[in-house]
Amino acid sequence: MMDLYRRRRLRNQVVISLSFAATVFGLGWLALILGRLVIEGAGGLSLKVFTEMTPPPGSDGGLLNPIVGSLIITVLAVLIGTPVGILAGTYMAEYGRYSRLTQVVRFINDILLSAPSILIGLFIYEVMVAPMGHFSGVAGAVALAMLVIPVVVRTTEDMLQLVPKELREAASALGMPLAYVIRKVSYRAARAGIVTGVLLAVARISGETAPLLFTALNNQFFSANLNAPMASLPAVIFQFALSPYRDWQRLAWTGALIITLAVLALSIVARALASSRKMS
Amino acid sequence: MSMAPVQSSSPIPVVTHTAPSGRLEPKVAARKLNFFYGTNRALKDVSVTLYAKRVTAFIGPSGCGKSTLLRILNRVYDLYPNQRAEGEVLLDGTNILAPGQDINLLRARVGMVFQKPTPFPMSIYENIAFGVRLYERLSKQDLDIRVEQALRRSALWEEVKDKLAANGLSLSGGQQQRLCIARTVAVKPEVILFDEPCSALDPISTAKIEELIDELKDDYTIAIVTHNMQQAARCSDYTAFMYLGELVEFDTTSKMFTSPSDRRTQDYITGRFG
Repeated sequence: MMDLYRRRRLRNQVVISLSFAATVFGLGWLALILGRLVIEGAGGLSLKVFTEMTPPPGSDGGLLNPIVGSLIITVLAVLIGTPVGILAGTYMAEYGRYSRLTQVVRFINDILLSAPSILIGLFIYEVMVAPMGHFSGVAGAVALAMLVIPVVVRTTEDMLQLVPKELREAASALGMPLAYVIRKVSYRAARAGIVTGVLLAVARISGETAPLLFTALNNQFFSANLNAPMASLPAVIFQFALSPYRDWQRLAWTGALIITLAVLALSIVARALASSRKMS
Repeated sequence: MSMAPVQSSSPIPVVTHTAPSGRLEPKVAARKLNFFYGTNRALKDVSVTLYAKRVTAFIGPSGCGKSTLLRILNRVYDLYPNQRAEGEVLLDGTNILAPGQDINLLRARVGMVFQKPTPFPMSIYENIAFGVRLYERLSKQDLDIRVEQALRRSALWEEVKDKLAANGLSLSGGQQQRLCIARTVAVKPEVILFDEPCSALDPISTAKIEELIDELKDDYTIAIVTHNMQQAARCSDYTAFMYLGELVEFDTTSKMFTSPSDRRTQDYITGRFG
């Protein structure tokens, strides 16, 4: 019996060591990537980065046009994607919870959730860029919206499913129409979770490059014209990092650092919101 | 079935209520009610009457269908597509199960308090004002009065009058349940259904809610489902005993707890099964 016990203890220790090693292995790469990013990128961080245009090789400049471009495209993508995602998620969790359509939509949505983003880019290229005859910021926003929608649909549905059915019954028992129950009670109870989902979707799209290369392309000048090619951080990083010019490469590092910090900030806000939801 | 003579061997003290004045009028009448969860038949030809301004208690072992019956009376089961009721439920003579009934209006007339306290995620004040605003357009002043009345009615006013803006979820379990009662009372229903309202509460909160039910019956028709037979004996005028989806016996509470006519009723209230 002691033998059995010792063997079990030993096995326990081996598995714990393996798990620990796997964690170190995984996190190690992340630390290396982030470390390198900070070392290479932090040096380039200055006010100039946020106030000057992307330079031609060999001269001074910043990342103003891609930062503004990224902001415009991302905000527009969220404006397009969030309402569609929330409404679809609401249908699935509240109106069509037991319907066949919901199962089909959920299945397709899950596929969309894991679809390669380059595919989305190609799709929007076909349906928007080609017919319009030129690349445009709005096409980029629509492409990113396609990535926002499945994330928001999923979190909205999940969060509304978590609202206790007793709450819904209690609200209905007061004579509240379902639309009212959803707006005033379900949304309120699930609000933090839904907002978290939207923030996670923003984090997801802010680093996407492939769909933008097929849609918004890039622009070395400042442009807020949604009907014209528009610069974005990922596209500029892509272009500059692959270039042979040292100063472009440095700007690419800085741009990557800015995106990473932005995503980090979003994740922290999302975390804080999620935990405040548990508290209430 | 052989009807053995039943002595009043019930260990449960029966409070003899002073008979409320007024004539005995049926308020809600279920006729040949059957209920299905999918294909599972949970109620079998149940017929029962709730008298106006009386308290009717439903007792019986878990799964006997008493909560199911209650959930039919305001059609809250309608939220779930695989649940179905057959038969008739007459509210003031109108069949509420008939097609074309306005379910939301029905629910405003037949309020319900659930087993688990379910305050909405909003302020104490809003929890109550919310339901009122659905059907009435009141001035801020009148609404304040209505909220206060409801909270006084449910014996919660003194405890919350200084923190009406606090979140309803910040209250204790017993307070939350009284808030839910206040919320139900505030919309001025005619019938109030209590589904095991005290099962999650401590004895002090339970006593408060029982007192409350006693006061509420001056104005409302009340049905209460309970597992606690002392509670049924204490606060009801009529008691219905249900078993395996059937209504076994229905009578005045004093008769039910002293000399029930069915063997199964007696076995249940003396604790021999259930």
